[in-house]
Amino acid sequence: MSAPTATRNLLEVDDVHVHLGESHILQGVSFHVPVGGVTALLGRNGAGKTTTIKAILGLVGRSGSIRLSERELTRMPTHQIVRLGVGYVPEEREIFSELSVAENLKLAERDKAPRYDLVFELFPELEQRRAQAAGSLSGGQQQMVAIARALLNDNQIILVDEPTKGLSPLMVTNATTALKRAAQAATLLLVEQNLQVARTLADKVVVLDQGRVAYTGDVAELLADPALARLYLGVGGH
Amino acid sequence: MSTIILLLVTGLGLGALYFLIASGLSLTYGLMRVLNFAHGIFLTVGGYASWWIAVRLPLEDPWRFLVALVGCMLVGAIVAAAVEVSLIRPLYRRHIEQVLVTVGLALAFTALVQGIFGADPISYPAPRWTQGVTQLAGANIPNSRLLAIAVAAAVFLLLSAFLRFTRWGLIVRAGVENRAMVTALGIDVQRAFTLVFALGGVAAALAGALGALYFGNIDPQRGTATLIFAFIVIVIGGLGSFTGSVLAAVVVGLLQQFINYYASVYWGFSAAGDLSVVLLLAVVLLWRPQGLLGRSVG
Repeated sequence: MSAPTATRNLLEVDDVHVHLGESHILQGVSFHVPVGGVTALLGRNGAGKTTTIKAILGLVGRSGSIRLSERELTRMPTHQIVRLGVGYVPEEREIFSELSVAENLKLAERDKAPRYDLVFELFPELEQRRAQAAGSLSGGQQQMVAIARALLNDNQIILVDEPTKGLSPLMVTNATTALKRAAQAATLLLVEQNLQVARTLADKVVVLDQGRVAYTGDVAELLADPALARLYLGVGGH
Repeated sequence: MSTIILLLVTGLGLGALYFLIASGLSLTYGLMRVLNFAHGIFLTVGGYASWWIAVRLPLEDPWRFLVALVGCMLVGAIVAAAVEVSLIRPLYRRHIEQVLVTVGLALAFTALVQGIFGADPISYPAPRWTQGVTQLAGANIPNSRLLAIAVAAAVFLLLSAFLRFTRWGLIVRAGVENRAMVTALGIDVQRAFTLVFALGGVAAALAGALGALYFGNIDPQRGTATLIFAFIVIVIGGLGSFTGSVLAAVVVGLLQQFINYYASVYWGFSAAGDLSVVLLLAVVLLWRPQGLLGRSVG
């Protein structure tokens, strides 16, 4: 359960609570994300993974403390948090279906020199479909747009929520490759149900269970231990 | 034939006024889910501001009216932005309180105008050209209606260009679809909302000045009375749909004008136009609850 202290922490989540209606979704969640690499946020359905991501971004009301590079986020509106260098790939992609691909990307531009070269190198299909309405793209292509929006800017951290959900095996491979490249430029906090993808990308893991942190440590260690994997994730590790 | 042409153009003129007041209402609802029951005061402000400027300016027509028009747009933008910042913003997401405050503001503002300028309509110093008529296919079309149509068309083109070609327009279009995701891209949607509110104030103020030409006077109740039809227009067009509000404004204006005329001539029933608009609203809500160009929910 103890976290490493040798590396500097980029993101520190401390005793965060979220109530949605009558439900107490996050019940004192605390963990930290070190600078660099990929930290996976795992857990069963309903454990509070997506709510944690939204709490970091300020998309849901929360109490407790969330610090990014030692700056407190809980009193900032979402747009200011993002401008500190936080990218976001949401679970349901949430692209703007009535805007074109180019407009979706343009809207995401924050930096003076957005990295279209990187985006189109990873997703050449998006360059060919610039003028197409994003709502008419396939699920995989829409996920490309969602990931591309986060890759356009220099970010300290990118919050990625289930990037491979509902994708074909080929698209899962493409998304994994893109996220590997993203991880070279920024720290990633990754929510992922596909344990193979989590194992490929992540080195650290935080496991949530019923709104609380149940385990922190190495991904490989957790997934190598079938008893632990079954206990926290409801699946065998292999 | 000339009667039909006359009804067509005057119906379009009425639709133009509805569009000018409904366009801002539709965009503010689309972007922030705010139903502003005080939107009619921007029309009243426009009418009275343009009158106040026009009667004091030592200029000849048409410059007097043009300066009054620009002045009323400026006042409309300032009043709308002030209402958004001081009353709507603190109540964002508190829908019941928003309704109470905006309804209260509309009532209080109407009473204030009556207190200052009196409850009776005031004759408007219309430019000479707008008091004349233009012959069109045998019909004598009042120039005030042609002016209303031309201004509404210009506003439509300008707002369309704003939405299509500017970054702020892009933010508004995206915000109408998914406001939370726009903020998650690092964009301050609140500023876009203030801008949209101010633009809505400008359009409604224009409707106030053009309505003064249309009816020949300004009236403290006109904003509230017109707002009812503007709400019907945005519901028929589809809440939040800018193009839908244009289409619905034209349909409502034409329907109201034609039914008013023919029901009055053949049955002596003068308010049938208003009733037909409410019936149209009921039919649209039953047949297509999301409105003509609105997106279905769920």
